Amino acid sequence: MASLKELSKRQELLSPGHRACVGCGAALAIRQVLLAAQKVPVVASCCTGCLEIFTSIYPFSAWRIPWFHNAFENSAATASGMEAAYRALKRTGKFTKDVRFIAFGGDGGTYDIGLQSLSGAMERGHRMLYVCYNNDAYMNTGIQRSSSTPRGMHTTTSPAGTVIPGKQQNRKDLTEIMVAHNIPYVAQTEPAHWQDLNNKVERALDTDGPTFINIYAPCQLGWGYPPEDTMPLLRLAVETCFWPVYEVVDGKYKVNIKPKEKKPVVEFLKPQARFRHLFAPKNEHILDELQAEIDSRWESLLAKEALSQAGPKT
Amino acid sequence: MRQATDKNWKQVEHGGVIEAGTAFEYETGDWRSRRPIWDAAKCSHCLICWIYCPDGSILTSEGKMTGIDYVHCKGCGICARECPPKASAIRMISESEARD
Amino acid sequence: MAAKLKAMTGNEAMAEAMRQINPDVVAAYPITPATEVVQIFAGFVADGLVDTEFVAVESEHSAMSACIGAAVAGARAITSTASQGLALMYEMLYIAAGLRLPIILAEVNRSLSGPLNIHCDHSDTMGASYTGWIQLFSENAQEAYDSMFQAVRIAEHPDVLLPAMVTTDGFIISHGMEAMQVIGDAEVKKFIGTYTPKHRLLDTDDPRTVSPALLQDSFFEFKRVESEAMRKAKDVVVAVGQEFGKTFGRAYGLFEPYHLEDAEVAIVVMGSTAGTAKVAIDELRAKGQKVGMLKLRCFRPFPYVELAGALKHLKVLGVMDRSDTFSSFGGPVFNEIRSALYDEPKKPVTLNTIYGLGGRDINVEDIKGFFGRLLKVVESGRTDGLVSYLGVRE
Repeated sequence: MASLKELSKRQELLSPGHRACVGCGAALAIRQVLLAAQKVPVVASCCTGCLEIFTSIYPFSAWRIPWFHNAFENSAATASGMEAAYRALKRTGKFTKDVRFIAFGGDGGTYDIGLQSLSGAMERGHRMLYVCYNNDAYMNTGIQRSSSTPRGMHTTTSPAGTVIPGKQQNRKDLTEIMVAHNIPYVAQTEPAHWQDLNNKVERALDTDGPTFINIYAPCQLGWGYPPEDTMPLLRLAVETCFWPVYEVVDGKYKVNIKPKEKKPVVEFLKPQARFRHLFAPKNEHILDELQAEIDSRWESLLAKEALSQAGPKT
Repeated sequence: MRQATDKNWKQVEHGGVIEAGTAFEYETGDWRSRRPIWDAAKCSHCLICWIYCPDGSILTSEGKMTGIDYVHCKGCGICARECPPKASAIRMISESEARD
Repeated sequence: MAAKLKAMTGNEAMAEAMRQINPDVVAAYPITPATEVVQIFAGFVADGLVDTEFVAVESEHSAMSACIGAAVAGARAITSTASQGLALMYEMLYIAAGLRLPIILAEVNRSLSGPLNIHCDHSDTMGASYTGWIQLFSENAQEAYDSMFQAVRIAEHPDVLLPAMVTTDGFIISHGMEAMQVIGDAEVKKFIGTYTPKHRLLDTDDPRTVSPALLQDSFFEFKRVESEAMRKAKDVVVAVGQEFGKTFGRAYGLFEPYHLEDAEVAIVVMGSTAGTAKVAIDELRAKGQKVGMLKLRCFRPFPYVELAGALKHLKVLGVMDRSDTFSSFGGPVFNEIRSALYDEPKKPVTLNTIYGLGGRDINVEDIKGFFGRLLKVVESGRTDGLVSYLGVRE
């Protein structure tokens, strides 16, 4: 478990000078991932999206590691091809070093268009870590709804209009879908809890098999909040159980952060313009439904943890 | 600073394979409308600002903060916001104020 | 030179060629009529006959994505597909070529839905003809087998560095049994050489960024150099074909003329139909008709100079297309050949017939009938329409 002092002596593998928006949560998430990924050199694939664009506008690149952008829906398939090449070249003596693979993707390129490619790669058992930086919508194309978009959020394709108040469906739970792939390590984290994120990335990379980490990455532009409030907002996401911080190791659940005082979800929603319309009297029922959904998922998570800890019946 | 138009078609990088880490040459500090001011005397070197900077613009050496990279800092204000109240070593000022 | 005679189908021949190439990575997905190529190769993997890392991907799009990832990492990568599978990888084909990756694809020509048809025509490969891939057509299993090795050399040539597809006609060649000459493993290894890519992404000591985001000020240059590579590929196809001939006794080129030089009337054909056409031509020649054929092998790069040179003397030329462009002006080969001949001061009346779509059978009588139509044009000087359809129920 590295201290900040120790971490600060490591290489900044995401170079300053990238073109992410002011206060970008995705940039911070990836910076922290790369600070953690220094035991064995890493090679990364990345799908089209904010991260890809703001780090690689020709002739500049913010990547200090080998990095490849292929297309939008295939970061996982690309990484599996690289990993297969690595295994083949190592086996035939054409390459001798140790390398780890990370596939990066936003929620757009992961939950939706990239889901098939991710599922296939995870099922095939490649030794790779898939990092999803989740900002709750297709941000790079200007804030369109994805299946990760929370109920009620205003996006340009699920606008808060006079008749329909934002996205009508609840979020898909991709982390749980990954658990259902029976891969050795799955986790949710976010960069305000930097030590949690750091540990999880290290653990995933040490795991000999496919691993998946879902990182909540606030987008100040798409979510509508002052960029300096990124960390407090992330803490609220955790304290309201809107974004549970947990891990599943070989199918066993561990909820890493249990808020001492579980805050009502409105405390997370209120500071963000994307949810502002939900506070109109006619939409209040949505707030209740959201709270019920958050509570239900949280209870379910705690139950899964209890089941994991109970172990097999003798 | 390198430009996208430096190379003609015979010179462009084969297969789209370009040099790593060149973004460092790009001065995102030009974007700022406000900037953090660091008071070294008040700093406890907790490095909280360092871990939370999306742009890696908190400078450190041997585990201690040494300053702010104004060439790249975009002025998001996260560092000032996260600096522990006990230290309060970073405050934000506007770029116009900084120029005076 | 150790040559053996073996009975093989087109699919078996392509799979065997892949075994002998022994690529680092094969990422592939099954689709009729190419499935066997993947299946047979998987058998080689399971029996430890290759060193290949076989990735049983979950779609063709992922097949090409993984091959691209493997090639960028520094490996030799091969895949195989047909029809909908090739179409599903469409965006990735452009990327493979744009990133100058010498990936090889064993393509089995099959129609594109809809409605669904799993039989032979060239629409899938033609649909990929703007992607920057080298495209070689095979008359039979022998040509497909031989072309696989040549494709590796052509694609990996430093002047080229473009991906290449070798095609066979679905079911007709892919599943048709043939007696063919097989080359020994050691000879194949010597001919294809080892793959030394310009860059391997796995080299973490010397990191690179591959495929940055190009804006309006830089994309054009990357595409210009890509089109130059395709131009250079033509001479490489010829040189490799000649070297193959010297080494193994079967020479290959851009196309094969058949009774063409002294013909007055000829057809242009690609793929298996050329074999049938040879029989038709022999029968017509026996009756004194001065007919011939140009069997086009290399469709990409398109050898417009050489084609014009070989065809300009004809009185009437009938281009046979096993696909339609749906442009309302005939098939793709017709359009490109017509364009190649345009600047010739003396050139044949050039007609088109679209045939064999969705595996519609084409036989000796059909082709003789088409020649009859062409010969009538010589007589009358009139065409009665440039584009016709051969074998559809009227």
